[in-house]
Amino acid sequence: MIRAMRKIVAGGFSAAATLFAGAVAQAAQPQDWEMTFQPAATDIMHQITWFEHYTLWFIVPITLLVLFLLAYCIMKFRATVNPTASRTSHNTLIEVIWTVGPVLILLFIAVPSFQLLTAQYSPPEEAKLTLKATANQWNWDYEYQTEEPLSFNSAVLADADRAALGKEDKAAYPRLLAVDNELVVPVNTMVRVLVTASDVIHAFAMPAFGLKTDAVPGRTNETWFKVEKEGIYYGQCSELCGKDHAFMPIAIRVVSEAQYNTWFAAAKADLPGANKALMAEIGSSNKVAVAGQ
Amino acid sequence: MVHAAAHDDHPHHPTGWTRWVYSTNHKDIGTLYLIFAIIAGVIGGFLSVMMRMELAEPGIQIFTGFAQMVYGFEGDAAIDGGKAMYNAFTTMHGLIMIFFMVMPALIGGFANWMVPIMIGAPDMAFPRMNNISFWLLPPALILLLLSFFVPSAPGSYGIGGGWTMYPPFSTTGQPGPAMDLAILSVHVAGASSILGAINFITTIFNMRAPGMTLHKMPLFAWSVLITAFLLLLSLPVLAGGITMLLTDRNFGTTFFTPDGGGDPILFQHLFWFFGHPEVYILILPGFGIISHIISTFSKKPVFGYLGMAYAMVAIGAVGFVVWAHHMFTTGISLDAQRYFAFATMVIAVPTGVKIFSWVATMWGGSITLRTPMLWAIAFVFLFTVGGVTGVQLANAGFDRAVHDTYYVVAHFHYVMSLGSVFAIFAGWYYWFPKMTGYMYSPLIARAHFWVTFIGVNLVFFPQHFLGLSGMPRRYIDYPDAFAGWNMVSSYGSYISAFGVLIFLVGVFEAFSKKRIAGANPWGEGATTLEWQLPSPPPYHQWEQLPRIK
Repeated sequence: MIRAMRKIVAGGFSAAATLFAGAVAQAAQPQDWEMTFQPAATDIMHQITWFEHYTLWFIVPITLLVLFLLAYCIMKFRATVNPTASRTSHNTLIEVIWTVGPVLILLFIAVPSFQLLTAQYSPPEEAKLTLKATANQWNWDYEYQTEEPLSFNSAVLADADRAALGKEDKAAYPRLLAVDNELVVPVNTMVRVLVTASDVIHAFAMPAFGLKTDAVPGRTNETWFKVEKEGIYYGQCSELCGKDHAFMPIAIRVVSEAQYNTWFAAAKADLPGANKALMAEIGSSNKVAVAGQ
Repeated sequence: MVHAAAHDDHPHHPTGWTRWVYSTNHKDIGTLYLIFAIIAGVIGGFLSVMMRMELAEPGIQIFTGFAQMVYGFEGDAAIDGGKAMYNAFTTMHGLIMIFFMVMPALIGGFANWMVPIMIGAPDMAFPRMNNISFWLLPPALILLLLSFFVPSAPGSYGIGGGWTMYPPFSTTGQPGPAMDLAILSVHVAGASSILGAINFITTIFNMRAPGMTLHKMPLFAWSVLITAFLLLLSLPVLAGGITMLLTDRNFGTTFFTPDGGGDPILFQHLFWFFGHPEVYILILPGFGIISHIISTFSKKPVFGYLGMAYAMVAIGAVGFVVWAHHMFTTGISLDAQRYFAFATMVIAVPTGVKIFSWVATMWGGSITLRTPMLWAIAFVFLFTVGGVTGVQLANAGFDRAVHDTYYVVAHFHYVMSLGSVFAIFAGWYYWFPKMTGYMYSPLIARAHFWVTFIGVNLVFFPQHFLGLSGMPRRYIDYPDAFAGWNMVSSYGSYISAFGVLIFLVGVFEAFSKKRIAGANPWGEGATTLEWQLPSPPPYHQWEQLPRIK
């Protein structure tokens, strides 16, 4: 029953999410006055979003029930209305109900919760690409663990470098989220991420992917993602790491397999050149898409 | 009662400064604790308002100036020093509010004052130890405040790792002596609390009046007994953890250093083995206070007394086996996450029993909405809001999305800042007439309540949205999209700060007007023993022990 319910609700929400995603240009960064999760870009994040909405169906009514009961007591049992207090201080039935009731509610929450948790640790297929993210105070080293390894550093985009890197558009490259060199990964591809740190603890986080893994010195944490939609996605360091904790964002550019291959081939020799070529390519294909509408 | 009052005429109790500094009287020591908590609360509150002022809009506003003013930094050094100073503010806000405001107010203040009276004891079991428990706290606070002004990370002053003090940032990340001062401060404050816990356990087990069995004991005494056990069992683990931190920093050990075979995650286990019971230490005495207030102003006995008492026992016991739900993203195994998620959800059951029992206590009662009752009813609702988001966060799969975001900040401030603090103010307005003999102005007290209620909800409710949208915590600056809700939150903080001013005015007004409160200003609903004594109670009470039927 839960599975069926889950499918129905999840279907509704993913439809809504798709509509919403279509309405905004950059779907994977925070929006003004946003009150919910960023639109999901992976199956795991769809599941997390579903689960969050699902729990709201329990916690909001519970909170309103408590509020209603308090208000009812204040109205019905204030001294002016009810001068003589009852002396009832026990009722075994009601006490059993409000112990067993929450247990049942917790069971309803626990079943999908454990499914979600298990899903996060059960990659559906073998990873095609392995990336290693090493956190430093206060930037990231990325390494593509491929036959011909590629590695580069990624740091917050300085305003002075915007023009040189072709990132003047502050809507696409927002302050404190944009970086100099993004991670580039192919869409619909299983990517394994190995996360560690060189100095203090940091955390590799990408809200739209439902991803957060601590970067701990002396330990390698493994996680994975498979992105459904091309675009540029932003996250931020999520473990207090010193004065520039707020200034070491994570940016992942998700592109088509062909674009990725071209970029990767060029990046080894000339990373800035490969990035610019990729941005130009994406820009022109977007224009074609707009023109074709 | 007459008997006790007659004895009070004897002049052989100390006066002047010796009465306070040498005090072995639980009521005087309780008063010292309350004054200390108010001072620490004002300091901790000031830090939080400065943080909210910084976060009111994107960009770095005020901390660069602070770093220039306080540390004499210039240019870029001032920007960097200011960023580190912001981290020091978050860290100090947490440590001060937990160790020097909530704990001294609830345990040192109200419990010291009321537990001996409520159980019919003349004083605490170890009055001299009670004295040292209090007098360890001011040096601890001074050590902590000193850390603001000594070097930590290169080019900065003050400890900046958060109250959790995770290594390696608290070891190699901040080589200066600031962290050592903070560790010593927590050691001293911890020792103070352990001594206090021993005192409460001994007092409650051995000094109850004839006829007062554990199952007849007021719920506040129950809550303090359980809290004392949590303190006694958890603080030594923290002391061990931060001692290892200290030796890692200064004596070449490598408990938490991977290069030497240590593990940074080990510290997190030790810290949270203390840290999670600690949050129940901060809330359980509040549970006790709220039960008495709701019962008093509903003119009804507490509904389901035994269930209420054993719900607290259950919360305390299960609270010891859920610590790693603070560590879901550290890389602990899937099975560990399953267990800790499950165990954490279990706590919702006894907590639900308490919430519903408070409602049932009001049900059928004859309710008067006097000031303490307002705070208590607000407590029940706001604690529910914080509690249900806690149920969400227990789910490891969901927590991954909001861990270390403002969602968590909103959650724990709803249970702490709107839970514990509301319980403290409820207790304050409930027992102020008893402790001082004076009645405060209900008008000012109500203004304090409403301003605070509106203010704190404006601060913390929008932080749920920020967290879902992805804003990480402990950030001095944020992407521009987060500006809207941050602005609302900051305005809420200014309103709350104004509430604190009203509170202080109310205290001042009560002492200057000297309205006599009488032995029992709350009427027939107030049934615990303190209301049988005059207000303020005599210097020594219960020289003739009360008999409980």
